Amino acid sequence: MRERARDVLKRLALCAGVSAALAVTTAGAMAQSSLPAPGPTVEAIKKRGELICGVDAGIPGFAFQDSAGKWKGFDVAYCRAIAAAVLGDPEKVKYVGLTAKVRFTVLQAGEIDVLIRDSTLTFSRDVQLGLTEVAINFYAGQGFMVRKSLGVKEASELNGATLCMVTGATLELNIADYARAKGVTINSLLFEKTEEAFAAAEAGRCDGYTDDTGSLAAARSTMKVPDDWVILSTVISKEPLGIHVRDGDERWRDVTFWVDAALKEAEESGVTKANADDLKTTSKNPFVMRLLGSEGDFGKLLGLDPEWALRAIKADGNYAEIYDAYFGPKALGLPRALNNLWTNGGLHYPLPFR
Amino acid sequence: MTERLRSWIHANLFSSRLNGFLTLVMLALLALTLPPLLRWAFLDAVYAGADRSVCGAGACWAFIDARFDQFFYGRYAPSERWRINLAALVLALFAAGAMWPRNPRRTECVILLVTLCPLIAGVLLVGGVFGLKLVPTDQWGGLTLNVVLTYATTAIALPLGVLLALGRRSRLPVVRWLSIGFIEIWRGVPLLTVLFMATVMLPMFLPDGLTLDRLVRAILGLSLFVAAYMAEVVRAGLQGISKGQYEAAAGLGLGYWRAHRLIILPQAFRLIVPGIVNTVIDLFKDTTLVSIIGLFDILGIVGQSTKDPAWLGLGREGYVFAAFVFFVCCFSLSLYSQSLERKIARSGGH
Repeated sequence: MRERARDVLKRLALCAGVSAALAVTTAGAMAQSSLPAPGPTVEAIKKRGELICGVDAGIPGFAFQDSAGKWKGFDVAYCRAIAAAVLGDPEKVKYVGLTAKVRFTVLQAGEIDVLIRDSTLTFSRDVQLGLTEVAINFYAGQGFMVRKSLGVKEASELNGATLCMVTGATLELNIADYARAKGVTINSLLFEKTEEAFAAAEAGRCDGYTDDTGSLAAARSTMKVPDDWVILSTVISKEPLGIHVRDGDERWRDVTFWVDAALKEAEESGVTKANADDLKTTSKNPFVMRLLGSEGDFGKLLGLDPEWALRAIKADGNYAEIYDAYFGPKALGLPRALNNLWTNGGLHYPLPFR
Repeated sequence: MTERLRSWIHANLFSSRLNGFLTLVMLALLALTLPPLLRWAFLDAVYAGADRSVCGAGACWAFIDARFDQFFYGRYAPSERWRINLAALVLALFAAGAMWPRNPRRTECVILLVTLCPLIAGVLLVGGVFGLKLVPTDQWGGLTLNVVLTYATTAIALPLGVLLALGRRSRLPVVRWLSIGFIEIWRGVPLLTVLFMATVMLPMFLPDGLTLDRLVRAILGLSLFVAAYMAEVVRAGLQGISKGQYEAAAGLGLGYWRAHRLIILPQAFRLIVPGIVNTVIDLFKDTTLVSIIGLFDILGIVGQSTKDPAWLGLGREGYVFAAFVFFVCCFSLSLYSQSLERKIARSGGH
């Protein structure tokens, strides 16, 4: 009997010992995971001293070079914001201009840290190519630009019309699907280069031009008399453009995701390039305080410093400022539509900083 | 004078009823196309301005004016562009030495052109030593890039081509088979495929963390491709040497390498210079394909410049300019090759 009791005691002791050991290890592990771990990509960027950002080789609005050879554009502004958050300087970016054909392989091969190249986030790119689709920075879709004289308000009224477009299966396929669904006939006239398609539209060989909404605004501005052309509100395909990174570095995904969120949150809470520094000291809004690093340790949790988002916003401004610089009324003149914040009837809905 | 002109017109333009008719048709076509072209290119053209708001109905050469430096130097930092100019001068000096027919040390000059000259030009362009600032190759572009690619590729492909040509004519079966295999495989694939393989596939075979510079990859791909063509050009020259020359060389007691170096290759090269120049012209034009793999040669930069909202929609002017630059370069190479051919014909070469 006593022996059994001793046995039980022994077992209990063993159990307690094991639990204690377990508790210690778990605590250790927990302590470790709360330490700032910026992840291998951020470490590589810091060691290198520059962010390598894959952008479009040239597309109006998103990425292009000005006469002085400086990279500019909506996607380029995102690269600058990320560099500002990670390295503290928006100028420390090496841009790699990529064609549509090589963009994903270059990312897979590790030649670039992040791909922000008006690339649509799709199932196969996520699952098949081993990429992580971080965030959507621009909602595009296939739209239409037609002659104002046609008096057309919607694409479904384009029965019998001929549209100029660039070859590339999706544009034609989308049109064909759309026409069939609406029971109308829309003819397509195909070209290899956008310039040819514009020229043909200008020469009256077709009634309109179809392309992604981001490019339509640029197309309209190259017409001899832009006011003769109108961009229809109809959008017939979904092209959510955004940020791609490689699979395998969750910390880096977090950084890029939250830089995007920070730019949008800044617009939502009225933080701009100009007032960000002031708001950091004066704002009493807890979201702004956490965003700008005057409260909480969000930067530390990301493996960065507290002012990461402040710098990202100060690089080229908040989301609205970036959009207006390249697509606003003074630039290409593309209405924000879906690219508005959710509070203004758009789709951009930054996750809360909490 | 008028009489001679009249007879020239008669003999060359109206020698028969059909020819006369064709002349009239051509004149009518020219009358239809030339005036609008001239009006577009010159009369209505705009030559200076800050952005496309100055452009009118004619050509907008202001675009070329604003982007001129970029078309030539790419994104190479403006303060460092003298290095490109200096490298071009060095190249021109060495090339002149190698091309000048009466230079007594011409062979040495040719050898220096493919050894010392790339070294000097490379140091100048890349920098990072002797107090020169390092300029990474991703900032290289424009016509500079086309010239660098052509030159570097020729410097690698020509010696390699000579070796391959000799290998293909070798009596050692393994060497012969390998040479034939190499030549036929590289001649059998399109250049675009080679460039894609070099950019997209090569990094996947390399160990992690090791990345070859994109420009180096393009040069490697181009060199292997062009070497196969060079080999066939050189082989044609070798086959043009009569058997007696080989026998005479053997009779003098020269071994394989000395016979080729002293007797066969010098004679063969005189025959194949036009062929080599032809391949180089081809190569020069083919270098524009690198814009597909994201290197901004002159055509790539022109295409990219037309995407700047300040200059949107000026592709026509840009491509006309690029075509003009290429024509000037290729036509002068071609003139040189023709003068060589005439010289060979005069000296009664084989």
